[in-house]
Formats: sequence, structure tokens, C-alpha cells
Amino acid sequence: MTTAIPLHAKQESNTGVWAWLTTVDHKKIGTLYGISGVIFFILAGFEALLIRTQLASPNGTIIDANTYNQLFTMHALMMIFLGVMPMGAAFFNWLVPLMIGARDVAFPRLNALSYWTFLSGALLLTSSWIFGEAPDVGWFAYAPLTEKAYTISKSMDFYAVGLILLGVASTIASLNFIVTIINFRAPGMSWFRLPIFVWMIFVVAWLLVLSLPVLTIGLVQIYFDRNFETNFFNPMGGGDPLLWQHLFWIFGHPEVYVLILPSMGIVSEVLPTFARKPIFGYSAIVFAGMSIAVLGFAVWSHHMFTTGLGPVPSIVFSASTMAIGVPTGIKIFNWIATMYGGSIRFTTANLFAIGFLALFTIGGISGVMHASPPIDTQQQDSYFVVAHIHYVLFGGAVFGLFSGFYYWWPKFFGRFLDEGLGKVQFWLFFIGMNLTFFPMHFLGVQGMPRRIYRYDADLGWDTWNQVATFGSYMLAIGMLVFLYAVWKAYKTEPNAPDNPWDAPGLEWATSSPPPEHDFDVIPIVRARDPLWYNRDNNIVQEDTKEAHIHLPPPSYYPLLISIGLLIGGIGLLSTLVISFMGILLAFYGIWGWVLEPTD
Amino acid sequence: MSEQIHSVTGIDSRKLLMWIFLASDCLFFGALISTYLIFKGNIPNPPYPTDRIVNGEFFHGLLNIPLTSASTFVLLMSSVAMVLAVYGAQNNNLKMMKGWLLSTIVLGIAFLLFQVYEFRHFLHEGLGLSTNQFGASFYLMTGFHGVHVGIGVIILISLLFGSFRRNSLGKETGFHIETAGLYWHFVDIVWIIIFTIVYLMPY
Repeated sequence: MTTAIPLHAKQESNTGVWAWLTTVDHKKIGTLYGISGVIFFILAGFEALLIRTQLASPNGTIIDANTYNQLFTMHALMMIFLGVMPMGAAFFNWLVPLMIGARDVAFPRLNALSYWTFLSGALLLTSSWIFGEAPDVGWFAYAPLTEKAYTISKSMDFYAVGLILLGVASTIASLNFIVTIINFRAPGMSWFRLPIFVWMIFVVAWLLVLSLPVLTIGLVQIYFDRNFETNFFNPMGGGDPLLWQHLFWIFGHPEVYVLILPSMGIVSEVLPTFARKPIFGYSAIVFAGMSIAVLGFAVWSHHMFTTGLGPVPSIVFSASTMAIGVPTGIKIFNWIATMYGGSIRFTTANLFAIGFLALFTIGGISGVMHASPPIDTQQQDSYFVVAHIHYVLFGGAVFGLFSGFYYWWPKFFGRFLDEGLGKVQFWLFFIGMNLTFFPMHFLGVQGMPRRIYRYDADLGWDTWNQVATFGSYMLAIGMLVFLYAVWKAYKTEPNAPDNPWDAPGLEWATSSPPPEHDFDVIPIVRARDPLWYNRDNNIVQEDTKEAHIHLPPPSYYPLLISIGLLIGGIGLLSTLVISFMGILLAFYGIWGWVLEPTD
Repeated sequence: MSEQIHSVTGIDSRKLLMWIFLASDCLFFGALISTYLIFKGNIPNPPYPTDRIVNGEFFHGLLNIPLTSASTFVLLMSSVAMVLAVYGAQNNNLKMMKGWLLSTIVLGIAFLLFQVYEFRHFLHEGLGLSTNQFGASFYLMTGFHGVHVGIGVIILISLLFGSFRRNSLGKETGFHIETAGLYWHFVDIVWIIIFTIVYLMPY
């Protein structure tokens, strides 16, 4: 019946560069996000390998202090903004419309605009390496190091302008997906039948919409301090360096949940499928996700305990931080209870999900330790904190994302990622990750500070540093195994059935890969796990053909506007005349966009 | 933006997008206003926002409250005009819509001219971005507000020119004007807060 549907006359062809540049299809945009995310993930991982190689032995001589500063700063920026966030965006672009039974997002062209703007910001930020002016003051860019007096190079301008562009991209995407989830659900897909992944994306989108503007203002103030001689963060001119810390962490802490919640959503889809049981405590997980979001806005100052906030703020932020452990714990117990008593299939996707559970729990526990100001004061700026963030971000977020890759690859591309290679990758990642980051707990307690480019031989830090470096090479090999699995899948013929895992979600109701219009017939949702409900009640999807499926035509205006914004950003780093030209181009793009027919 | 019109909730997706964007913009101005408030009252060097005697020397204050009250009145009236334009559009009264839309635009531009005058006056009095924290936070906050008003004026002018192309109201015109109105009123409300904090609260 797929051939019987006459599609829109202006339907884009499926191949060719122009088709990709002008696409407004959420699946293609998801793929673009995924490819960019994986590439930047690998580059950022390479930066980490250089760091670990330098630290493998005392008094390392591979890189100098300045390069080292650039490496750890760019490693964090690229992993967070250009690696993990876009990989999460790849999943929500692909999956949200499929999971809620929609044919596309609410605003397909805005979706393309958010991707191209993301790419503009990413290229602008990473191009700082080419000019040898990569940001080097940490991803949090504490004032007054960002001021002109301390950073003469353009590196902090790259930082400010790059992150503003990335923020614009994320805001646009978030607005789009909030509206999509509210308005584009299929018949019967009520709020409490939404897959947990969609719920988590809904929460993430709100977090971004409400936290990014605060960061944007902080970045504008950095830019003004550096280029227009204001003194927002410069204490010599009456400014307040702590203001930046507040603005940054009001964004920065919700950002942590922006990174982890998509993976929590992925795990919530993977575990029930492979335990062959519905998720345990659905509403508890949903409400836990929401309370994490609300509390996430009330904990930012726990990053600032050592700035001397005074006893009352310290107590309040300590309490709210510990309180976040409660909804997180609820989720972890619900996932364990989901597996309990199930007949579990240990596929690669499920292994990564279970690995997520174990490693994220370790990271969560060390996180609760930091919630106590006296302990935090001791651990601040030590490797203990490095261990913590990598357990939640690598053991948590990244494991969840790889679980998603192995789980949905057959749906996305009609081909399986090799299970054998996947298991090799999983064990390389699992063991490598623990070898790399667990010793950092010991190093931190022994007093090794973060962000030092070398250390003396007689401090007793050699052994654990060697172990950590060894582990990081295992991670690199694991990543090569993943790339080989992707290449191998690419070379095979599509052979994936519609629902290879016997999963309950709506995304498995359509073909693998899905047709351009997602669903031949918009499905009707009768229960929380619709495909299991249909299977158990012998319901066959209605076969009413729709005579005409409207798909939005491709458009090059999103790309044009993003190029305008990129030129605008370049102008902010060179001369404002170029900026003006970029803004003119963006305005031309908006003009064409508005007048462009979409029917 | 005429994307798909599809809605489970009955709320048009584009209007919903505008509401959520305005929620985001609240935090944008929230950060700017917070910055201003943090530096409020901590101005080490002239020119000062209000009259002040330092070491026996009298410094004339910069803020001209009657003038800015007038510009605030102008902006408030533009919101009234906006409401009437939306009313005209929704009641199929093209002439009324065009007239009040034009009034909104004129009042919006008048507000911007007041702001240009004020900025020039302050600069003339010696208040630059780097002079003191009042200058930096004031220019940044009111400047971003001015940019919002300017974008609003551009949107309204586009809608007005769009309405010249036909003799009757299109089926979407009322909706576009109403959504633009949401933005316009929001920017107006933000100004009321800024006006209260900068001009009316004692410094």
C-alpha cells in the first residue's frame, strides 16, 4: 500500500547534497544532528586522549601549559554542546514525531533552521583552533579571566559568540518540540500515554527555553566587557565576577539535566522492551522527571559553595541539591523494578542501558556527597569532581545514547548494528570507563587538583594516572569498534523487520526505515504501550488509505538565515560591517521564508 | 509563518510558539534586570542617575522622569492602539485594522525616538558604557528593550504592507495581527517593569 499513496508534487528527492541542504524532514535533520554529534564527540574524545597521554607519567612533556588549557576547555565545550547535546537532538528529532504518531514536527522549517544554526555555532567555536585562539579558561569561563586584561587573544570572543549561536539553535529546537508534543499527538495519545522518552524531551525543552536566555545575557556581557569596555565582571571597574558565576550556573545546572534526561528517556524505552514488561511506576518516573526540572533551577549555587555565600544560602542550596537525589533515586528504583521478574534479553542496547544504571548510580552518589558544603570545599577543584562528572556524563548520558544507537538503528536505517561488535564495544567502554574514571576518585582524595598540566613524581599519583590513561585508550578502541559496526551495517542490505525487538512504542508501528511521511495511516492509540496492547488484543491497524498526504516542501531559507547568522557571528569577531551584512542576509532569508508557499 | 495548522489542544501551534517564546524572553529580561538591580546603588563615580551631593559638590542627576513618563505613556497608548487593531481585524473591519495598526507603528517609532534622544543626552552628559555600572547595565537593559520594540515595529510594518495587497481581510490576517499583538503587549509590560525599577524606585 505504500506505493498507492500519491505524495505531494514538490516532494524532495531522497539523495543529493541539495536535498540534504534544503531538507525539512525531521528524520533527515535527526541524521544530520547524529553525524555532526558523533564527529564532534570523536574530536572531543581525541582532545581527552591528548590530555590523558600528557598526564600518563609525571612531568609530561607532550604538550605545553597553554595548549593543555585549551584542550581541557575545548574538550568540555565540544563534548557538552557539540557532542552529547546534538546526539540527544538526533534522537529527539528522529523519535518524537514517530513516537507520538505525527508526520513531522510542528514547524519543519524552524527545525532545519535550528540544525543549521547549531552547525554555524559549532564551526565558529571549533574554528578557534585554526587560529590558535581556542578558549583556555575552562568551559565555565570564570571572570575576571575572561576580561581583556587577562585574555588578550580572541578566544573568549569565540566562546561568547559561538555559544550565543548554539543557544539560539537550542532555543529554536526546544520551542518547536514543546509545541509538537503539545499539539501533534495522534488520536488517543493522551499525556499519560506518552512514552517516557517524549516526556523527558518535553522537560529538557522547557529547561533549555528557560535557562538559555540567562546564559545569553551573561555571554553578551562578556562580549561587551571585552569589546565595548563595560565592566560587568571586572572588579577593577566596579564589576562583580560572581555575577557571571550566578548567570552561568543558573544556565549550567539545568544544562546538566539537559544532558542526562534524554538518556534517561532512552533507558526507559530500552529496559521494558528487553525485560518484556511494561515500565514500572510510569507516573512516578514522569513526575520525578518534572521535579528534577523544577529543582534543577534551585540548585545552581552548589557550584559556588567555596565563593563564601554565607551560611543561609549554603544550607538552602545544600538541601535543594540533596532533595534532587530523591526523584533521581525514584527513577533508578523504578528501572530496577522494571527488570525485576522480567525475562531479560541481554542485547547490546540492553547492556548499555544496564551499564547506564550502574554507572549513573555511582556518579549520583558522589554527586550527593558534593551537596554537603564542607565536603564540597574539600573536593572542589580536585580530581574527585572530575570522576563524578564523568560517571554521570559518560557512564550516564553517553551510555544511554549508545544504548539508543543499538536499539533504534534498525528503525532508523533498516539495518542492525552488529550485536557481536556491539558487545565488544560495550565491554571496552564499560571496563575502559571504570579504569579511566574510578581512579580519579582516589587521585582527588589524595589531593590532585584539576586542570594541572603536569605533576611531580614524588606525589604518589603516578600509578592511578597510568591506569586512567590506559582506560582512556580502551575507550578510544571501543569507539573504533563502534565506527566499524556502523560501516559494516552501512554495507549490508536493509533487512530489519518493522518491530525487531517486539517493542511497545508507536515508532515500531511503521516500516524500517520509516517512509518519508512516517505513517501510511496515522495510528490510533488505545493504551500506554500501544503495540503490546494491539498484539495482546489481536487488533490490526486500520488500513484506511489516505488519498493525499501533505508534506512540507523543501526550503533553502533556513540554511540562508543560518549562513546570515554565521556571517553575523564572524563580524562580531572581526569588524561590525561584516556583521551588518550577515544580518541583512538573515533578514532577506526571513523575508523569503515568510512569503514562501508551504502548500 | 504559515506552517501546518494542526492542533490536538485547539490552540494554534503558532500562537503557542509565541507564548512559549515569551516565557523564554521573560528570563532574558529577568537576567538583564537582575544585573541592573545588583549594581543599583553602587555607583562610585559621576554622572549619577539622580541628584547627589558628594563631598560637598552637587551633581545633577541624569534621569528625566517627566520626559520618560511621556515616552512610557506613548508606549502604553501603542498597546491600546494594538488592541483596537486586533479588534478591527477580528471583526472584519479592514479600515479600522489598518488605521490602528498605523497608529501602533507611529507610537512605537515615537517611543524609539524618545529613547534615541535619551541615549544621546546621557552620552552628552558623559555617561558611556564604561563610565560606571549604571551606564553599562542601563544601556544594555534598555538597549535590548529598544531592539525588541524595533523588531516589533518591523513585524507590524510587514503586516500593514501585507494588508495593502488586498482589499479584504485574508483568513489568516486576524490571527497574524493577534499573535504580533501578544509580542507587542509583552514588550510593553517589560517596559513598565523597567520604568518602575529605573525611574520610579528611589536610587
